[in-house]
Amino acid sequence: MEQIQTLNGVPLKKQIARALFKQKMRALLLIAPLLIFILITFVIPITDMLLRSIDNSIVSETLPQTTTSLETWDPKSAQLPDEATYTTLYNDLKQAVEQKNHTKLGTRLNYENSGMSSLFRKVGKDVSKMQASLSYKEQFLAADKAWGDLKTWNLLKLYSPEYTNGYFLAALDMKKTPDGIERLPESDRIYLNLFARTIFMSIVITALCLLLGYPIAWLLANLPMRTSNLLMILVLLPFWTSLLVRTSAWKVLLQQQGVINDILVWLGMISHAGRLELINNQLGTLIAMTHILLPFMILPLYSVMRTIPPSYMRAAKSLGATDWTAFWRVYFPQTIAGIGAGAILTFILAIGYYITPELVGGTQGTFISNRIAYHISSSLNWGMAAALGTILLTLVLVLYWVYDRIVGIDKVKLG
Amino acid sequence: MKLKPIFAAISIATFSSGLLAADMAKEMTIVSWGGAYSNSQIKAYHEPYMAANPGFKIINDESSNEAVAKLRAMAEAKNITWDLVDVEGPDSQRLCDEGLAMEIDFDKDLAPGTDGSTPTKDFGDSLINKCFIPQIVFSTTFGYRTDVPEWNGKKPEDLCAVFDTTTFPGKRSLEKRPKKNLEWALLCDGVEKEKLYEVLSTPEGVDKALAKLDTIKKDVIWWSAGAETPQRLADKEVVIGSTYNGRLFDVIEEKKQPVAMLWDYQIFDFDGWVVPANLPEDRKARVMDFLKVSTDTQRLADQAKYISYGPARASSQPLVGKHAVLGIEMAPHMPSNPANAKRFLVNNIEWWSNNEDEMNKKFEAWLAK
Repeated sequence: MEQIQTLNGVPLKKQIARALFKQKMRALLLIAPLLIFILITFVIPITDMLLRSIDNSIVSETLPQTTTSLETWDPKSAQLPDEATYTTLYNDLKQAVEQKNHTKLGTRLNYENSGMSSLFRKVGKDVSKMQASLSYKEQFLAADKAWGDLKTWNLLKLYSPEYTNGYFLAALDMKKTPDGIERLPESDRIYLNLFARTIFMSIVITALCLLLGYPIAWLLANLPMRTSNLLMILVLLPFWTSLLVRTSAWKVLLQQQGVINDILVWLGMISHAGRLELINNQLGTLIAMTHILLPFMILPLYSVMRTIPPSYMRAAKSLGATDWTAFWRVYFPQTIAGIGAGAILTFILAIGYYITPELVGGTQGTFISNRIAYHISSSLNWGMAAALGTILLTLVLVLYWVYDRIVGIDKVKLG
Repeated sequence: MKLKPIFAAISIATFSSGLLAADMAKEMTIVSWGGAYSNSQIKAYHEPYMAANPGFKIINDESSNEAVAKLRAMAEAKNITWDLVDVEGPDSQRLCDEGLAMEIDFDKDLAPGTDGSTPTKDFGDSLINKCFIPQIVFSTTFGYRTDVPEWNGKKPEDLCAVFDTTTFPGKRSLEKRPKKNLEWALLCDGVEKEKLYEVLSTPEGVDKALAKLDTIKKDVIWWSAGAETPQRLADKEVVIGSTYNGRLFDVIEEKKQPVAMLWDYQIFDFDGWVVPANLPEDRKARVMDFLKVSTDTQRLADQAKYISYGPARASSQPLVGKHAVLGIEMAPHMPSNPANAKRFLVNNIEWWSNNEDEMNKKFEAWLAK
């Protein structure tokens, strides 16, 4: 078959492809600033942060010879490494002390085993005093008995590789040992419980937002313009107020000597001794976060509800439907898109919150993000923070996928 | 001509000072805690220094509570925008270990005491590591309300009143971290001060401390910011609570609330400066010049005019005067005042730098129970 050609003899297919390519490049150029911006400020830093959750190069970089010579050492032999390994340790540490890297390594290993921090801080002085004429093994053992402890060497061997799953295991309340992976004793388990609590409470908060937000959005969409505008301002005012101010306001209202308890006592509904505990527990987090996230539910719902013509409900009723049937069979299905958008927005915001739970959550109402913040800013264990963050991100993506299966993400709309 | 030597002197003076000024940065960013504390530093250190160095400017940043993380991020990005950072002792240890703070040669870089003692001797025990230049001693201690009807006129006299909910019923405010709480719990469980960390280093010791805390757990509201306890005391939300002594001074003397101090077994801590590592030469020169002046005997004593934290130098103690606004004698309000420091602990930075991670895990697990 003869190919269709354009006037200047080029095959039509090629010509079309060329034209389309040009168009695509133009489109790409148009979005290039945004794309580069997102890549630099979003994708690269996040990937860099997430990679920290497996990065363990500090051990092999600080002690390159020791980690190599430990490869042949068998921890199950229950024997300390040989003189040669201690010599490599001396060489490595001498170098590290010169570059002041030994304390950094101590901090890293202390995450896994308490006591490493001061062992490595002290070793700086010890190494400077050691003599080449004597056995390094004996000198190390004399300097600190931890160098003669199998635990120290097991730890060094376990964390020799450049990449580790140690942070992820710790984030799942587990631990690496020479005999394999073990669960932590019950008194040390915190993270799984926190993950479960974070998800459970975020779901409850989303449900509460929907319950409270739905009628308000309906009023906003159906009241006369004048009243609905006023109502809209009431929704938006707190939205524009600082988060900390709103949270502090809840403290004033909810605390035991606070406004709500005072009113209840004054009304005689509760006794002075029986003041309710409304804050510094899960209830406090639920109340404050529902209030803070409510606009994120109301606004998508409202924008969807406004597009539903009132004539549908009238038509349903004129065909004999009761109020409830008309609402449930005709009105409600049309708002699903808004519910979908509002719910996913609220849920994802809730799951990552930490300021409000920290301030009003007491001990039972804090989230996993509070631990992430602790590891970032206080313990400086960024690897751990990255591991917790990666798990949280994965959880959100999985839930998103499930959500897509059940609700259908193409149905979600913001108006 | 008679004027000639004077001119010469002036021109030499300008020339040499001009040289110096050219070597030093024209502005520096100082990071501190904000609020009353930053204010006391501005009054006692920054303003006199700026008056003596016209054309030089200090930019104040209030991010000390996230200083450790931010300094690390800056060092990784190789763009250090801070010149001097105010941190607590334990944070300085972490920064020093991580190589994020510069090591200081105390006897060379700091001014000797007015009594002639070397800086090393004058600062004494407050020199907790090679990077930390101490300014003040503060303490974490308890304050209680003096008007609780349920206490029948009794007043808490020692630390263990915190754990005695029969004589002193009511809510307590404690910090949401294991540090300090574990020590206090053990002290009230009959462990001697000298054996404290020996006991805490065993799993049984930690269980013992947590078991003691269990006895008051349902009466505790936990705090994470120093301002929470004073607020709760003022709101009658709690009857007794721990916080920094300066915060309690504020509630008692400035806000005139019916609150009193319980100094028993206060825990001393140091707060001071660290210089970020690898500063450019001109900025480093400026910071070292500022440090030498602002940590001398008189300057440290001056700070106590504005806030009730004790100077870290021994030679500054006799110079502590009256509060600049309230006009009250400040010495009795200092944590280091002998009447207040009959029984005390000093924050054991070495032990906590080893064990904080592990204790935190246990403490969080206990809290969630």
